[in-house]
Amino acid sequence: MNELLLEIKNERLSFFTPAGEVKALNDVSFSMKQGEVLGIVGESGSGKSVTAYSIMGITAHPGRLIGGEIHFNGHRIDLLNEKELRKIRGNEVSIIFQDPMTSLNPVYTIGNQICEVLILHTHCSKKVARQKAVDLLTLVGINEPERRVKQYPHELSGGMRQRVMIAIALACEPKLLIADEPTTALDVTIQAQILELMMDLKKKLGMSIIMITHDLGIVSSMCEKIAVMYAGKIVEYGTIDDIFYNPCHEYTKGLLNSIPKLTEVEHEPLVPIEGTPVDMLNPPAGCPFAPRCKSCMQICLTTMPDYTYLSDDHYSACWLLQKKEFETQQEDK
Amino acid sequence: MGKLVEVQNLKQYFRVGGSLFRKQYIKAVDDVSFYIGKGETLGLVGESGCGKTTTGRALLRLYEPTGGKILYDGIDITHAKMQPYRRKMQIVFQDPYASLDPRMTVGDIVGEPLDIHKLSDSKKDRTDKIIAMLERVGLNSEHANRYPHEFSGGQRQRIGIARALAVDPEFIVCDEPISALDVSIQAQVINMFEKLQDEMGLTYLFIAHDLSVVKHISDRIGVMYLGRMVELANSYELTFHNVHPYTRSLISAIPIPDPRINRARHRIILQGDVPSPLHPPSGCNFRTRCPYATAICSEQEPEFREVGANHFAACHNLDKVPKA
Repeated sequence: MNELLLEIKNERLSFFTPAGEVKALNDVSFSMKQGEVLGIVGESGSGKSVTAYSIMGITAHPGRLIGGEIHFNGHRIDLLNEKELRKIRGNEVSIIFQDPMTSLNPVYTIGNQICEVLILHTHCSKKVARQKAVDLLTLVGINEPERRVKQYPHELSGGMRQRVMIAIALACEPKLLIADEPTTALDVTIQAQILELMMDLKKKLGMSIIMITHDLGIVSSMCEKIAVMYAGKIVEYGTIDDIFYNPCHEYTKGLLNSIPKLTEVEHEPLVPIEGTPVDMLNPPAGCPFAPRCKSCMQICLTTMPDYTYLSDDHYSACWLLQKKEFETQQEDK
Repeated sequence: MGKLVEVQNLKQYFRVGGSLFRKQYIKAVDDVSFYIGKGETLGLVGESGCGKTTTGRALLRLYEPTGGKILYDGIDITHAKMQPYRRKMQIVFQDPYASLDPRMTVGDIVGEPLDIHKLSDSKKDRTDKIIAMLERVGLNSEHANRYPHEFSGGQRQRIGIARALAVDPEFIVCDEPISALDVSIQAQVINMFEKLQDEMGLTYLFIAHDLSVVKHISDRIGVMYLGRMVELANSYELTFHNVHPYTRSLISAIPIPDPRINRARHRIILQGDVPSPLHPPSGCNFRTRCPYATAICSEQEPEFREVGANHFAACHNLDKVPKA
């Protein structure tokens, strides 16, 4: 169970746009064990989807990996060529996209689309694939699967389509499932169904999941570990209890204070994070959060802090923590 | 607290397809009644297609209502000429990227309502008013000469709000005003709505699908399902002492950003999808997904009745639903 499945070391990825280089990922490192559920949270443009896409090797033009290593299950994803990548994609890692309306091909039946994956990766016959497709649809909780395989995506509702996407993603029993905002386009009651289904399937099939979302509620109900991203960096990483009950980075604290809580009895005013998200074309020199940070110091504006380890799997990049650590060291002396 | 806006048995049907002789209608809003008190915020929640946006728009007479009555400050405006009322009733739209004209400067966007209602005496007065409005929503005079594309989503939403406020309205329909914004920006905008309400004595109809946000900002909340109001109560009652099975499952479906609560809580997961509004179920709309449905639910529409002090719900089997 404790085998390392995915390890990303110092990944740097940039988009070379006509307006200049956008450093979408800046020194991102994390690792994941087999069977773990990792949540990546952050605002739009923080680099959470880009991280996921780079694991699949599907970074869109003009994005390019310019440094770092991606180890997945014994492969070096960043060094593989397209042909080798294809064997891994959909087979060992697969992905569910945000919008089930656009990620299915409207001119093929859903049966065709599930069979395609199976035939490509397992080289089985059409007949076997068809049967497997029906089984998969049953697995993801679609009723009358024999009828559904003959239907086109437009005949299904949003929730059903996302179930079909999950069926396609799980067709080859991947070791890692990446879910990129899988429920953002869905209603809450349907979202609850899909999340429950994913957790059920995780129990049955034992795969690992990377859950990308901006919804802190979703990560707190599904994940074991959380990486909080801001402007292309992981600013804090920890277990859910670390992040929710002992947040260390000012951005994480700000996020937790700025969301309205349903369980609150009294009307407490929200504490927003002031300012606007980073302009990724002209990022600040030091810590990217510094311009919005309430406890910003001189050094924050010029130099990016290193990670401070609060425990083995809880770390954060903030000068305040470095300062605190330094002070305790001084006291000890 | 007097009633500022009231709707009685509001019906809004849209004709879809069908033939000349066999007309087919979608009942987007069906027999909805509620009121909003002066200075109050009423929240409307529900899933997509439940009719919450249509209700908001019909209230402003952006649609011609199929049936029912709309009262503003006690006056029936269901068929009235709207121009004098447009000054008093404004709307903030969901998508700040689509609701601002890209070819107009921010100053002109905010100034247009002033021109239409002839609210400025001179050019200088107009400029002053525009700048005062922009400052009120946290922008500044420099911004007046820029175009919408130069702004971030949160700033654009502020521009949209400034435009709505320009004519000094009494009532604002906020149609999912924060769902297109980033989490860290949402709180800024919510706080601004609350601040403006205090300062200007505004009345809001706040429409959103996110119940945590609606609960935060609203005094009372109405829950809609397939064109009908299923439950209406003050926000504390609705969150903690709700009675309708749909409200119950809606609240239970919301992931709460607190791992300890999540581990302890038992979630009710509704099966199936929302039925098509073209062919709604007979009787109670919710019966196809309701865990407590009985025979009567398919035969008779439940009445929207008072079940507690100012607490309304439409359900036949309220006694079967366990107490919250």
